[in-house]
Amino acid sequence: MAKHTPQATLLSVLFMGLGQWYNRQFVKGLLFALIEIAGIYWIVTRLAKSVRGLITLGETPRGMVKIGKEFKMVEGDHSIFLMVEGLISLIFVLLLLFLYFICIRDARLTALNREKGIKPHSFGVSWSNMANRNFPYLILAIPITAAVLLTVMPIVFTVLVAFTDFAAPNLPPAKLVHWIGFDTFKNLVNLGSWSKTLIGVATWTVVWAILATLSTYMLGTIVAVLIQQKGIRLKTFWRTMLVIPFAVPNLVSLLVFRNLLNEEFGPINQYLELLGLGGIPWLNDPTWARITVVSVNLWLGFPLIMILVSGILTTIPKDLYEAAEVDGASRFFTFRVITLPLVLFSTAPILIMQFASNFNNFNVIFLLTNGNPVMPDYVYAGGTDLLVTWLYKLTLTNNQYNFASVLSILVFIFIASISILNFRKTRSFKEEDLIQ
Amino acid sequence: MKTRHFITYIILALLTVSIVYPALWIVMSSLKEGNSLYSETLIPKKFTFDHYKELFTSTRYQYVQWYLNTIKVAVLSAILGTLMTLLGSYAMARFRFVGRKFGLTGMLVLNMFPSFMSLVAIYILMLQFNLLNSHWALILVYSSGAFISNVFVAKGFYDTIPKSLEEAARIDGASNWKVFTNVMIPLSKPMLTYVSLVIFNGAWIDFIFARLILRTEDKSTLAVGLYNIVNQQTSTDFTFFAAGAVLLAIPVLILFIWLQRFLVEGLTSGASKG
Repeated sequence: MAKHTPQATLLSVLFMGLGQWYNRQFVKGLLFALIEIAGIYWIVTRLAKSVRGLITLGETPRGMVKIGKEFKMVEGDHSIFLMVEGLISLIFVLLLLFLYFICIRDARLTALNREKGIKPHSFGVSWSNMANRNFPYLILAIPITAAVLLTVMPIVFTVLVAFTDFAAPNLPPAKLVHWIGFDTFKNLVNLGSWSKTLIGVATWTVVWAILATLSTYMLGTIVAVLIQQKGIRLKTFWRTMLVIPFAVPNLVSLLVFRNLLNEEFGPINQYLELLGLGGIPWLNDPTWARITVVSVNLWLGFPLIMILVSGILTTIPKDLYEAAEVDGASRFFTFRVITLPLVLFSTAPILIMQFASNFNNFNVIFLLTNGNPVMPDYVYAGGTDLLVTWLYKLTLTNNQYNFASVLSILVFIFIASISILNFRKTRSFKEEDLIQ
Repeated sequence: MKTRHFITYIILALLTVSIVYPALWIVMSSLKEGNSLYSETLIPKKFTFDHYKELFTSTRYQYVQWYLNTIKVAVLSAILGTLMTLLGSYAMARFRFVGRKFGLTGMLVLNMFPSFMSLVAIYILMLQFNLLNSHWALILVYSSGAFISNVFVAKGFYDTIPKSLEEAARIDGASNWKVFTNVMIPLSKPMLTYVSLVIFNGAWIDFIFARLILRTEDKSTLAVGLYNIVNQQTSTDFTFFAAGAVLLAIPVLILFIWLQRFLVEGLTSGASKG
């Protein structure tokens, strides 16, 4: 029996497609060869330049250059374009390496089959074989490409920006951006005004996330238990009414609240004045504004918990309560010993996720107070700003991209460490093969 | 016994009032005359539908244009996003292939990146490539994000469908593609409805990305347009805003009533099975 494997493999390593030709699969070999030719052309003409661009982020700034006797405007390098181009090139390199690997593997497997006496398939057969065997990859191709381009690449880009001096007034195309290592991280901690803002905003973010989560959780649970009580009438009516905040888009509710609580003309202050009380600066005083956002969030958030807890309450076996009643336990005691532990146990993962989502609760803060009132000693942040709204303002209004990127990274690390434990436990991830 | 229920009723009634009041107030404001925030009574002395008419005729704000933009963005995102979720989650749920575990873990991690993480980058990229102010930028961002955020819901759904159905079809000689289009897609209808509605709703009310990407008034979506009305320092169009907000909320309310059963089921099953 003839030996084919070493030859086919080696030929493929030398040049993509040669191994396939050796196996007498000409069309397939031609395709692979074309890929390699295109790849080499691209590597020779473009790769070195774009890798260099990614490393240097541009060398010639825009400016006047003396050419002969005249000064001429030269466009110069655009650091951000270079960075993006470099990233895309790296993705391309990975793709090429992947194809190279596939090609060698294919040649080797076909050669192995030849040694066993199986004739190589014609192109048509191997094409349909591939389509069937690699079906999951084929249908994944579109969603994964979209996710890589629009989700993964932006994230990588954000991480990279954190290590540059890309911030106003140092903006391309007029200026070049440079790699500066961990300087932005250091500045955030060492520069007095920045570190003060960071500590202030981060502390408030944590306090807010705790208050927002606990308040909605408590009210939601209490209301669910109250409605569930034996002998309460109109249960469906109460539930329907109380679920309204969940059904109205929170964009609308929040903008409505913003008007309701308007210090000068809002109806709430109007009523207070009618009662002879002074108006309250709901949104304009730092302390009041913080109380306001927590309260409005309570309004928005408790129905979700109410729905969840109501669902859990119906799953608690009735005989537990009956047994407790026979033993003469008081209603409060039954609540404390039976209801509460069971509810807490079932909702613990949700509680953690709620905390994580409140930590990043952009809408409530931004739509209600815009992060204001302004704090004089903060950099680009206000009294109710969370890390995420601060980050948004830094990007959109102040062009402090590198600081914003550093904040994104910090937020991510915090949230990821919380949710990774939680997520890993979800059923969909763990027990998938248990069913059926 | 009686008194305790009495207290319960008082609490529930107070809560109901505090919940109904803002909704009632905004509806009443949209029906009152004039354009100011200030009003002497909750229920206006005279009802008028002028502000609703104004929404469709006003030249100062392009409300109709915003509505059309929002419908365009939401519908296209829902279609594209659902398609990607369908393809991706089916592969993830039903096939065991190299890189699957890595892909799933990767998507879990991506879910943890707040959308703000890519926000900075998407803004910079769109700015540099002159793609700001384009609806397609929004649609692509929403639909590719939808795949990542819904893949676990969809996969959970497929995990509950017995494999024997597909195996039967395979034994009859159907290719993977045939099994997918003729057996799985018809079975996926409830999940597809749910996912597409969630994406639609998300795109309908999204404010963060829309405000980032859309720059001019004629490209605005409802969320951005309404926010800008309220955010102006000298805004005197409160009643206009009120009418606009009511019309924005109505489709979502309808969706919610439609979705309610799914939503409650999904939420509670997630909670009790953990």
